[in-house]
Amino acid sequence: MPDFTGAGADNMRLAVLSGKGGTGKTLLAVNLAAIAKNTTYIDCDVEEPNGHLFFKPQDVQEQAVTVKIPQVDKERCNGCRKCVEFCNFNALAYPKEKLIVFEEICHSCGGCILVCPEKVLTEKEKIIGQVQKGTSEQVTVYTGILNPGEPSGVPIIKRLFALNKPKTDQKTIIDCPPGSSCIVMESIKDADYCILVAEPTLFGVHNLNMVYELVKLFEKPFGVVLNKCLEEENPAEKFCEDKDITILGRIPFDHELGILNSNAEVAVRSSAKYRAIFSALLEAVEKEVSHETTAHS
Amino acid sequence: MKIAVPVEEKSLAANVCPSFGRTPYFLIYDTETKESSFLENGAAASTGGAGIKAAQTIVDQNVSVLLTPRCGENAAAVLKAAEIELYKTTSPSVKDNIKAFIAGKLLLLDEIHAGFHGRGGR
Repeated sequence: MPDFTGAGADNMRLAVLSGKGGTGKTLLAVNLAAIAKNTTYIDCDVEEPNGHLFFKPQDVQEQAVTVKIPQVDKERCNGCRKCVEFCNFNALAYPKEKLIVFEEICHSCGGCILVCPEKVLTEKEKIIGQVQKGTSEQVTVYTGILNPGEPSGVPIIKRLFALNKPKTDQKTIIDCPPGSSCIVMESIKDADYCILVAEPTLFGVHNLNMVYELVKLFEKPFGVVLNKCLEEENPAEKFCEDKDITILGRIPFDHELGILNSNAEVAVRSSAKYRAIFSALLEAVEKEVSHETTAHS
Repeated sequence: MKIAVPVEEKSLAANVCPSFGRTPYFLIYDTETKESSFLENGAAASTGGAGIKAAQTIVDQNVSVLLTPRCGENAAAVLKAAEIELYKTTSPSVKDNIKAFIAGKLLLLDEIHAGFHGRGGR
């Protein structure tokens, strides 16, 4: 049974995801947030957050995100190497009677500190990125930014959600990172509904299948938006029909949209045609969410 | 003096492995006794930090010299802390490289790469 915490169409949390980058997650998430007006948009694609390029948020506030990594008291370390043996990521080494910590390899699990019998390892804070909050017309824009070289963006996503508690009167649109790894799982964990964006190619089907399996595993209600649609046969559409997956709508492969996007414009704010397309998409999603709510309440 | 070389098979006739961190075996060769032994590289299947763990294995063998075609920065940091010298192999054959090293014909490995860190051989 999906985890449906009393969400209706007014305060639903929608996650937009896809199996790879460049399918149109940000396009869809940004335009849904903009057309729904009073919304919160959260960019969880922390390795390459792009939503802010379109929204150009004002009054931006920043907050650093830190993780805890080990530091060693070299005088007191007796070289037992329990920490070196424990670390699954090989973030510690002990050559020539000196413990070395590789900070960028460390995943901040804290295990080395627990296993140190001499208690010479302690925690220290390390900045791995930041979160930003700003506004763009009626949209509150949250952006997570992971510093290059850091192993995991999960702490940034956790902070984004900690800052943005579900509201009763606002929709939240979550722009997920590409793929189906830990960082995506963290992004969809509390979503009420997932929108999978798919490209009309065999490769697109492969990527769609990855996120399809993920949302099934998480027992999330979901639907598919077919992006870059041409007149010809669409393997992603066929995949949806075969698996009996709801198709929420189609976005055409269109020169005008390409130009709007390359100029970093929010399509629904600049084009009546796209206002209509994304309004219809939002309506389809709202209908699905209401249906899910009724079905599971 | 003990020399370490990443090798593809447990044989002196084997080739040098192009990867230090993920080589299946290390050859440990003693230039004085002319004895050789082979060591499994426990880091070969690591999810990350293979170079660090492989370097630790080499350090623990008390070797003075490592012959390798290349080496990442994290592995190099561990090897440097243990004062192990790195020399660049010049041919695939393990034997030829050992001979060349003893004859003083190998050069120090001065190019340390930034590592692939989960991104494959890019």
